[in-house]
Amino acid sequence: MSESHRNGKVIRIEVLRYRPEQDEEPFLQAYEVPFSDDMSVLQGLQYIKDWLDGTLSFRWSCRMAICGSCGMMIDGEPRLACKTFLRDFPAGAVRVEALAHFPVERDLVIRMDDFLAKLESIKPWIIPKEQRSIAQGEYLQTPAQLDVYEQFSSCINCLLCYAACPQYGLNPDFVGPGIMALLHRYNADSRDGAAAERMEIAGSEAGVFNCTAVGYCSEVCPKHVDPANAVNQNKTRAAGDYFLRLARPKGGAK
Amino acid sequence: MKPAMKRSNAPIFWGLFGAGGMLAALFGPVLVFVTGIAVPLGIILPADAMSWSHMHAFAQHWAGKGLLFVVVALFMWHAMHRIYHSLHDLGVHAASATRFACYGLAVLATLLAAGALLAVGF
Ligand code: SF4
Ligand code: FES
Repeated sequence: MSESHRNGKVIRIEVLRYRPEQDEEPFLQAYEVPFSDDMSVLQGLQYIKDWLDGTLSFRWSCRMAICGSCGMMIDGEPRLACKTFLRDFPAGAVRVEALAHFPVERDLVIRMDDFLAKLESIKPWIIPKEQRSIAQGEYLQTPAQLDVYEQFSSCINCLLCYAACPQYGLNPDFVGPGIMALLHRYNADSRDGAAAERMEIAGSEAGVFNCTAVGYCSEVCPKHVDPANAVNQNKTRAAGDYFLRLARPKGGAK
Repeated sequence: MKPAMKRSNAPIFWGLFGAGGMLAALFGPVLVFVTGIAVPLGIILPADAMSWSHMHAFAQHWAGKGLLFVVVALFMWHAMHRIYHSLHDLGVHAASATRFACYGLAVLATLLAAGALLAVGF
């Protein structure tokens, strides 16, 4: 630990613990953690694990809001632990819990099987409209074509938007905000040709119409992806597909 | 996630909800003002603007009929869709029962409005 925490400040970090092999149910455990103003909640948890209680489990990797591993409920809000600072809890206490709406694996670690299965189902890669040979060169794109989807490509799969979404909480079959942002990222890419296939998911019973336009997903997103916008654009598109599909030649949902 | 995805019929209800919402935003406040404030208090509009004979003539004209029909029917579809989803948010998940009750009321209101407007004649 750096010497800066000798400035004498201490914060009480309450962690919702759950170790399935020994705990009947989750319980709160509090730790007194010395901290300095430059320390994140993640660093607070690391201090606990290194100095106070080695049994505490949580996920992290990059420490800089890139990897999306450290999402958790911090004082009831879905946030990245590495992007939230201990100095911002002047009451001298902060509560940390596993992300809402997901099964808990252990302590602050959630199971993301549901999200990963959904991610795979939308084919999150570019499926070219037309295959080009190496001799034909790159798939070119103008800056304007990039603008259309770039924001949605910033998603780091942190799942904060899922913890924020009341509809996902009520019905975990709902594909949810983050997946819709990624689905839109590929569908809106000028080089991609698989939009019709992905729209089958967006327009399904598990799709966009589960959304009731709450918008909290976009508020909590640490990367300004605006998943609510992706959901909304695809409500319009899915509705269009629904009514126009009879007027179109089969498979022509371009 | 289920491998075979069933296409959702929600666009029908979402479309009616959206149309009703648009209409409510455009006409709702004006209607409240005209029917609830201006006419009863006789400000701006004459106090007999909504007299029986005026309203009867309005409902007999094809344009008045059309307006009354879409305002009643689409407001109802909008409200019922909102109530259906709010019930879900409040934990009432008897999905097919609440759906039937909510959209059923909207169908009923639509039919009653159409019937009444036709009965008024042209
Ligand atoms: S859309 Fe934002 S909040 Fe949701 S998973 Fe992606 S980065 Fe996280
Ligand atoms: S540790 Fe990578 S996002 Fe927080």
